[in-house]
Amino acid sequence: MCLAIPGQIERLIPETDLATADVSGVKRNVNIGLVSHEGIAPGDWVLIHVGFALSKVDEHEARASLEFLETLGEAFRDEIAAMTGAEGFSPLDTAERGGG
Amino acid sequence: MRFVDEFRDRRLAQELSAQIARLARPDREYRFMEVCGGHTHTIYKHGIQDFLPPNITLVHGPGCPVCVIPMGRVDDAIHIARQPGVIMTCFGDMMRVPGSTGSFLDASAEGADIRMVYSPLDALKLARKNRDRQVVFFAIGFETTAPSTALTLLKAAAENVTNFSVFCNHVTIVPALKAILDSPDLRLDGFLGPGHVSTVIGCRPYQFVPQAFQRPVVVAGFEPLDILESVRLLLKQLHEGRCEVENQYTRVVPWEGNTKALEVIRNTMELRPHFEWRGLGFISQSALRLREPFSNFDAERIFQVPGVRVADPKACQCGEVLKGVLKPWECKVFGTACTPETPIGTCMVSSEGACAAYYNFGRFTRERVAEAVR
Amino acid sequence: MTARPTREQQVLDRIESYRRRKTVLREERITMAHGAGGKATQTLVQALFLEAFRNPLLEPLEDQAVFGVNGSRLAVTTDSFVVSPLFFAGGDIGHLAINGTVNDLAVSGARPLYLTAGFILEEGFATADLERIAKSMARAAEAAGVAIVTGDTKVVQRGKADGCFINTTGIGLFERDIQLGATQVRPGDAVLVSGPIGDHGITIMLARGELELVSQLTSDTAPLHGLVESLLSATPSVRAMRDATRGGVATILNEIAAAAGVAMVVDENAVPVRDEVRGACEILGIDPLYAACEGRLVAIVAGDAAETALRAMRTHPLGREAAIIGSVREDPPGLVLLKTQFGGTRIVDLLVGDPLPRIC
Repeated sequence: MCLAIPGQIERLIPETDLATADVSGVKRNVNIGLVSHEGIAPGDWVLIHVGFALSKVDEHEARASLEFLETLGEAFRDEIAAMTGAEGFSPLDTAERGGG
Repeated sequence: MRFVDEFRDRRLAQELSAQIARLARPDREYRFMEVCGGHTHTIYKHGIQDFLPPNITLVHGPGCPVCVIPMGRVDDAIHIARQPGVIMTCFGDMMRVPGSTGSFLDASAEGADIRMVYSPLDALKLARKNRDRQVVFFAIGFETTAPSTALTLLKAAAENVTNFSVFCNHVTIVPALKAILDSPDLRLDGFLGPGHVSTVIGCRPYQFVPQAFQRPVVVAGFEPLDILESVRLLLKQLHEGRCEVENQYTRVVPWEGNTKALEVIRNTMELRPHFEWRGLGFISQSALRLREPFSNFDAERIFQVPGVRVADPKACQCGEVLKGVLKPWECKVFGTACTPETPIGTCMVSSEGACAAYYNFGRFTRERVAEAVR
Repeated sequence: MTARPTREQQVLDRIESYRRRKTVLREERITMAHGAGGKATQTLVQALFLEAFRNPLLEPLEDQAVFGVNGSRLAVTTDSFVVSPLFFAGGDIGHLAINGTVNDLAVSGARPLYLTAGFILEEGFATADLERIAKSMARAAEAAGVAIVTGDTKVVQRGKADGCFINTTGIGLFERDIQLGATQVRPGDAVLVSGPIGDHGITIMLARGELELVSQLTSDTAPLHGLVESLLSATPSVRAMRDATRGGVATILNEIAAAAGVAMVVDENAVPVRDEVRGACEILGIDPLYAACEGRLVAIVAGDAAETALRAMRTHPLGREAAIIGSVREDPPGLVLLKTQFGGTRIVDLLVGDPLPRIC
């Protein structure tokens, strides 16, 4: 019930509520009946679950989420570099070392 | 893979991990429950616990709609599958869930025609191609999957595919959450909300959690960065003395949910007065059944299932393990009557259930594993 | 390291002692899981077949048996092919039947020489299809440098065989004085794979049609004796080789780790996987590590020979995308660990049966 994967709409199949979606080169027809009211066009990304598009992927929001995470990181990057030197570190090191 | 790989970025993960370690007060324990089977899977698959300090534990909740199906319902489905001319179709997840006399895999070995499908639409297609057979679809899942079953039913009705029916075992997430929260020995500090259920029901239904139970909820996506960011947001709420529902999975979850999806569910299904959850007992208004106008497609009515209730053995303590009250090894039947080969409750049925995981790997401490990969 | 509370340790000890008890077959009927190459298959082989047939040559339970005859060392192996559909992108059951057995011989270090071919045919099966299969087998045998020297044909009634089942038994000759096998593996060794994993398994899954997924993927079925030869010529420090078939790379590594009493640590980022295999696996919720291959080999070599081995494989057409994917450690014995692409750690266990698509 949770496994849903983003796929890109290649083309709509006329006279049906189906569209061909592509996930890394693997294609499947998906039913877009649950999202068609939002307007689906080739090139759009949708979240696919058991052969149905559940939601449109908001590319703007996706980019915003990632950019936000990047800015969060900026403040800490120097500190991390100082803590670990050039090599980088295992996540456990940070977890155990951290804590305020 | 777009919208997947970016959210598995190692560098961002390390930064988030550092942030989380900062926010977590060293003098206390934090227990966050993730309700969704998909979250449990991501956490195991990517080893996310490694990115959290030792005082933060992610507790796996009852969010596996497959594992909570009680034995009696599996028995009912096998009863249907054994009727002459029936093709039973189901998702792969169902094949190994034990009923009282065996699983679908065992029933198939004994001659029942049971086939795996990826989508309910594939089951409908099978029905169109095999007009002389009765094709039954074993529908499972939370509100994420119910709209797909609903649309399939509407199609079947519109095209008059009379040899197609649905054995409906859809369950709803909110009553399960309430059941967990109503426990007197609750030891949870917050929830990672089920991201994909929320694409359908939106974020509003979780407001009772902060309002009535004073626990924050962050609706979380399924990639590793989503989960870490959601933990960070939960910690931030606790840190700042806030308690509310937040949406981390904004790229896919609309606050109001998907009205079309909710409409098709309402059109075809209604809530059962109560439904038994393996390991959690009877929960009211927690499951869906087909509405009267679709009774011609309701496998329960067509096949007159025995509906025998197979009680969870009294000794089953899944409820407490699910609520985070007991650790797997503290359950009285863990490792004796209840093993991965002979599972009793939901925690052992799923290979990622807390008990199954502990049974297989509990002897390896985190330190030993960390040492091995250094 | 924190010491465990006594009661918890008692529970864990009890589980350990159950684990060490003799394997018992609980099921009354064979299920599909018994043929998948995972835990259920292991239990069946150990509790039923090994019990019935036990002898020193069988006990190592490698993919082939090695024995001496009048001063020569021979390897023998057998494999049955029941794939459905019979014809798929990249090959057919005939190619599998030859390459599968050739590969089981090649990975022991022997030169594959002769094959037998036994057919179980379903009444009604098209002779044109059978001819097509036979031609594929002939071509594959020629490419592998083996001859099909004897065989058998049986026909069963309609419905009792999926068109055509094939069994091939192969004999190979050791031309080198080498002993390969899981027992040679030791901490410090490197783990290599000869190319992208999961191509065959996913191609077949998609070819079945019920999933309605379409891609350009083809099966990776190929004879590996040439690649093996390149590797063995390049370095004397090869410890063990296996061809990754049913159960995928994860199953091979678990089997070797258990037999050798070592741990394996694999770097997920280093494992080659084609985009389409990844895409299909993400859609279906399957881990590529468990997806079947039919023309990929896993090689364990001494740590200091890893780069040489890699170069040798990459010079061969079937090994162009070979990669070093991990290493062998001492502890915890029998465990396969994965450094995930994300940077965390996860244990890679044997599956009970076939990897099944999931929605959850």
